Amino acid sequence: MIEKLEEKRQQAKAAWEALHSGRQPLVLVGTATCGRAAGSLEVLETLRKGSQSRKLDCNIIEVGCIGLCYTEPIVSILKPPNPTIYYGDVTPKKATNLIEAYLLNDDPLPDDALGTVGDRRIDGIPQLYHTPVLKPQVRRVLRNCGIVDPTSIDHYLAVSGYSGLTKALEMSPERIVEEVKRSGLRGRGGAGFPTWQKWTFCRNAEGDRKYLICNADEGDPGAFMNRSVIEGDPHSLLEGMVIAGYALGANDAYIYCRAEYPLALERLRLALEQAEAYGLLGDDILGCGFDFHIKIKEGAGAFVCGEETALIASIEGDRGMPRPRPPFPAVAGLWGKPTIINNVETLASVALILQNDADWFAQYGTENSKGTKTFALVGKVKRSGLVEVPLGITLREIIYDIGGGIPENKAFKAVQTGGPSGGCIPADLLDTPVDYDSLRAAGSIMGSGGMVVMDEDTCMVDVARYFLDFTQKESCGKCTPCRLGTKQMLTILKDITEKRGKPEDIDLLVNLGEGVKAGSLCGLGQTAPNPVLTTIRYFRDEYEAHIVEERCPSMVCRAFVYYRVIPELCVGCRLCAKACPQEAIQGELKKVHVIDQSRCIHCGMCFEACPPKVHAVARVSGKEMFATV
Amino acid sequence: MDERLSAILSSYEGRKDELIPILQQVQGAYGYLPNQEMRDISQFTRVPESRLYGVATFYAQFRFTPIGRNHVMVCRGTACHVRGAQRILEEIEKHLGIKEGETTPDGEYSLETVACIGACSLSPCVMINRDVQARMTPKKVAQFYGKGARI
Repeated sequence: MIEKLEEKRQQAKAAWEALHSGRQPLVLVGTATCGRAAGSLEVLETLRKGSQSRKLDCNIIEVGCIGLCYTEPIVSILKPPNPTIYYGDVTPKKATNLIEAYLLNDDPLPDDALGTVGDRRIDGIPQLYHTPVLKPQVRRVLRNCGIVDPTSIDHYLAVSGYSGLTKALEMSPERIVEEVKRSGLRGRGGAGFPTWQKWTFCRNAEGDRKYLICNADEGDPGAFMNRSVIEGDPHSLLEGMVIAGYALGANDAYIYCRAEYPLALERLRLALEQAEAYGLLGDDILGCGFDFHIKIKEGAGAFVCGEETALIASIEGDRGMPRPRPPFPAVAGLWGKPTIINNVETLASVALILQNDADWFAQYGTENSKGTKTFALVGKVKRSGLVEVPLGITLREIIYDIGGGIPENKAFKAVQTGGPSGGCIPADLLDTPVDYDSLRAAGSIMGSGGMVVMDEDTCMVDVARYFLDFTQKESCGKCTPCRLGTKQMLTILKDITEKRGKPEDIDLLVNLGEGVKAGSLCGLGQTAPNPVLTTIRYFRDEYEAHIVEERCPSMVCRAFVYYRVIPELCVGCRLCAKACPQEAIQGELKKVHVIDQSRCIHCGMCFEACPPKVHAVARVSGKEMFATV
Repeated sequence: MDERLSAILSSYEGRKDELIPILQQVQGAYGYLPNQEMRDISQFTRVPESRLYGVATFYAQFRFTPIGRNHVMVCRGTACHVRGAQRILEEIEKHLGIKEGETTPDGEYSLETVACIGACSLSPCVMINRDVQARMTPKKVAQFYGKGARI
């Protein structure tokens, strides 16, 4: 049976080589969710229709995301002997240009190009992997995203896909666990527990059935690493799962994926069908006597289901509420049987370790954090996107070298890692290496990979309020400190942001936060106070500014922000008056306008409506306002 | 029992772990979970109605009132938040004349917020049905949701 797969792989490789040989130009269009949001489907349509109408013989293929989301939609063209050229910010108009200039003629339009991939060089176009955004990156988990067609199992086979599985099936389960141990792989879902150790607990647990669950319920707001892997390279997850199942002695598995990811679910379903048809899933996999079945469970929108025991309750058909541990799921999980829950990236890494070996995986990383990690680099950063870096790289390198720094020359304020369970890391800790232990020491966590950059216009008290609002809503309600504590903390934070703060509130928040952490059963409650505690630790002055000085330094919290018209600048155009929802702005055409402060709701519509050239509406803090009036 | 419901239930055995998939499929067909159908599901799965509602109300996905023809979800993920999602929500509320969680009287639009749709690098964004509107600005909101722009 393995021979049969190798036969299929040879055919797939031949087809892959033919596709890249250049008999016809090869055009790849990134159509993952982010690409689609930026308009890649229109670009795809233009390319398809445009090449048809011009009787142009070329292959146009939809691929996943190569991670340069800031410049989506992205199109790459391989037209030998030229190397592959990547183009960013492609519009339907630019797509037509590409057909006319490059595909029909030979002008590669260097001004529109991002970079080249391949041996040959083209004048005026940099090599893509030497550009600042990609140079520090090491793309391993994401190696196929944006390169292979995610709807084709043959593409995955052609790039050595499932070779990790065939290798694993010839090894003993103990050897596989040993290899994973040697690689130093730690859970990529957030907590960073050594994967081999978790697996060993499960292998040693008694049970006639064992289960594997892939946690693809990527619930952290500001994170999309798992979505990208599933949308761009779903088979790498499936391969990792079969290997893990074989190592654990589990015959049944679930993928618990959020319903908010419709495209990822579609790609997963298709990949499952294909893997079954190729004998890589189902009964007697590749004739090795190992049965393995994967079912997809759609999450129904509950953040707490990212927690292992809550996730299990949800699959069993209950409310997703956690239960006390021990017993840990590795001993008694789904239906009371030993169950392993691994994150998407962890399992995709398992496939990589087996395709190569443990030493190869551990080439990168630090003493205690091996390998590479994907991050969703977003927020106030020039080049946002999905990045993969060796562990141990500094935050500064990620934000400034890869991300290109902060837009509009604003000042960096903080970076939030780990989502609602993590914390905000300030500028003076930018040289912190990104690994499990250093981030924890800074009061945050690695988390699943969300990395939200904040600049001087971000109010840290508002950010803390934002996260508490989220966790308070998502608390399942089982543990009183979490249910009521987060509610109380949110009330205090709201008070502070709405000008009702009291000096003793800061210490009260710290006190409550410690209580919630200590008194909650699961990860949600144990980490929910982190965003508040870290912002108090690093940005206490901002809390004090709100409470004592009655101002919001970033001009975010509305209660502290006032608007007034600067008489010398006002041209009397009435635009602000028309925009005001409260009709609080008086003034006739061509005469200076005045804002009636008693009716003003601080919405800022006038500020936005005033033409940038005029700039007559000023945004000031309360103190300034009343000092000048 | 409604024909649509019996067609859905025919592919299930009534096991407890099928509960959430059943609710998801029924909501997919009806747009929400009607009272009568909830009663029928309870009988089919032998899960008491009280527990069935306990499960259904726990998850953000389930609704008990009909939804508009266009389902607008404003993303409030962290990246969207720091890039002004609140303003986008307010603008859409203004143009549609409804608040978060409501449906327009003509049944055309329902407006909700969602924790994160995972298009963070193109924030702030809004999901309408299955499409993502990226890099939203108050101006774009007026284009998509203002008078005369209705889909």
